[in-house]
Amino acid sequence: MSALRAIMRKEVSDHFSSSRFLILFSLIAMVSVLMVYMAGLKIAQDLEGEVKPTFVFLMLFTSSGIGFPLVQFVAFFGPLVGLILGFDSINREWNEGTLSKLLAQPLHRDAVINGKFLAGVLVIGVTLTAIVLVITGLGLVTLGVVPGAEELYRIFFYLLVSLVYVCFWLGVAILFSILFRSITTSALASLASWIFFSFLIPAAASAAPPLSGESQTGYVMRMAELERTLSLFSPMRMYLESMAVIVDPLRRTASALVAVGRNEDISLSRFAGPLSLDQSLLMVFPQIVFLVAILVLCFAVSYIVFQRREIRSI
Amino acid sequence: MPGQPAIQTQELCKRYGAQVAVDRLNLSVAEGEVFGFLGPNGAGKTTTLLMLLGLTEPSSGTARVFGLDPRRQPIRVKRQIGYLQENMGFYRDLDARQMLDFIAELNGLPAKEAGERARAALRAVGLAEEAGKKIGAYSRGMRQRLGLAEVLLKQPRIAFLDEPTIGLDPDGTARMLEVIERLTREHGMTVLLCSHLLEQVERVCTRIGIMITGRLVAQGTLAELRTAKFGVGGEEYTLEQIYLRYFRESTA
Ligand SMILES: Nc1ncnc2c1ncn2[C@@H]1O[C@H](COP(=O)(O)OP(=O)(O)OP(=O)(O)O)[C@@H](O)[C@H]1O
Ligand SMILES: [Mg+2]
Repeated sequence: MSALRAIMRKEVSDHFSSSRFLILFSLIAMVSVLMVYMAGLKIAQDLEGEVKPTFVFLMLFTSSGIGFPLVQFVAFFGPLVGLILGFDSINREWNEGTLSKLLAQPLHRDAVINGKFLAGVLVIGVTLTAIVLVITGLGLVTLGVVPGAEELYRIFFYLLVSLVYVCFWLGVAILFSILFRSITTSALASLASWIFFSFLIPAAASAAPPLSGESQTGYVMRMAELERTLSLFSPMRMYLESMAVIVDPLRRTASALVAVGRNEDISLSRFAGPLSLDQSLLMVFPQIVFLVAILVLCFAVSYIVFQRREIRSI
Repeated sequence: MPGQPAIQTQELCKRYGAQVAVDRLNLSVAEGEVFGFLGPNGAGKTTTLLMLLGLTEPSSGTARVFGLDPRRQPIRVKRQIGYLQENMGFYRDLDARQMLDFIAELNGLPAKEAGERARAALRAVGLAEEAGKKIGAYSRGMRQRLGLAEVLLKQPRIAFLDEPTIGLDPDGTARMLEVIERLTREHGMTVLLCSHLLEQVERVCTRIGIMITGRLVAQGTLAELRTAKFGVGGEEYTLEQIYLRYFRESTA
């Protein structure tokens, strides 16, 4: 236990004092502040002279001023943060000969992985929270709104699910750093998996051309089917789906699929009043379970591989 | 348990693919002994240490440290052993004090005791003056001294010292040997010393084992080895001559 704490403490201070983290953090902070600020200005403009609807504050997360909304931004670049924080966590120590020194102390091998992972979780958590706090401040400045209790709860779950999502990628990076002895290889593998899941899978989902003689509805249905199949392999999709519902109380469906078929129904129901928080959470429960499950899976593989690794530094 | 050997291996083997790094090793080291572990490069000395520490899986055979199996009870075994690695790694961004604090915390030492032990250890290896300097800026020998300080901090019952005096200046070497002698005399510590510097081995070791391509070809006191190779009355032969005789015979 004390060993785990020791490793965690050392890793956290390593992260916070590393220029890698500093650059990453300032980049993310700058971009998200800019995006939310623009979104805020746009919302303020749209709402000019109208009665303020409920949950204006949450709109900061989902509406786009320039580029894309914050939720999308995290879905896209969150993985990169996780990967960058973890891709060399084990193999660097391996190459520098500190791993065998660490493991010669009275601790289990898991403690090394756990300590490093928990340190990463803490760092990511702090980063996400800091950004949300800044956004809250911006909301006050641009829109003059203070988030209500319900909105705060939703923000909390937004943070929580985002944390799980980014930490899944941290777990992937740690796994790579165990699988590959060379830091360059694990960096490349991280980059490749990010590109694969963030660009290739979404592109594949929208690239299929309509078959000849296929009706418009048939095509749409087939595309939706394809998307659903591919989304089983896409943490990003799962994250976006759960975010859409958690941050938007008016959303009554997690996937875009139904919205196409029953368009009117949906637009009617948008005026039927917002969902309560637990209704929203219930709706995206499968997505959240999926995210947690792949995180756990990733860990299980890491443990098994690391347990049997030859640890010597020549 | 009294009378129990500090280290015991039975038919211990380690294979890397087709290569046999350690071949049916039967080794026994009693508590309080300073055991000199000799052998040419690649003989399997480090591999043996790693198997005793539970850092490398044996291919077959058993290893015991105070009767404990390093595979089954790695934590209890590693609590007994201080290990000075051959290719030591350090966290370059820490200074010596922080490094020792980290090691102490990993071992669950209370902060106050850790501080005292760290100061004493740094003094014993002659690093007290440089304790605030980042390890990245240490010279090779200073790092070696720090490695010894880490072992001292832990106050283990057994010390595995893998080529501890490499890169040390004469003062460092003298300190190292003094520390070994003092610890065994005052605290009954057991030492397993791998080294190629035979005069040093001759000076501090109570018993010697010679390993050649994975096999332990001899073990015993200096006098026993000498008698085995040169007969009685061969007192003028040094360990170096004895060792070379064993080496040439096994590789011939
Ligand atoms: N990971 C590995 N994969 C394959 N072979 C290995 C591995 N580690 C060590 N060996 C081999 O095992 C043998 C024993 O190595 P070991 O490090 O135990 O030698 P040593 O006696 O400590 O030598 P030295 O005096 O040079 O330190 C060597 O032939 C080495 O090539
Ligand atoms: Mg060696």
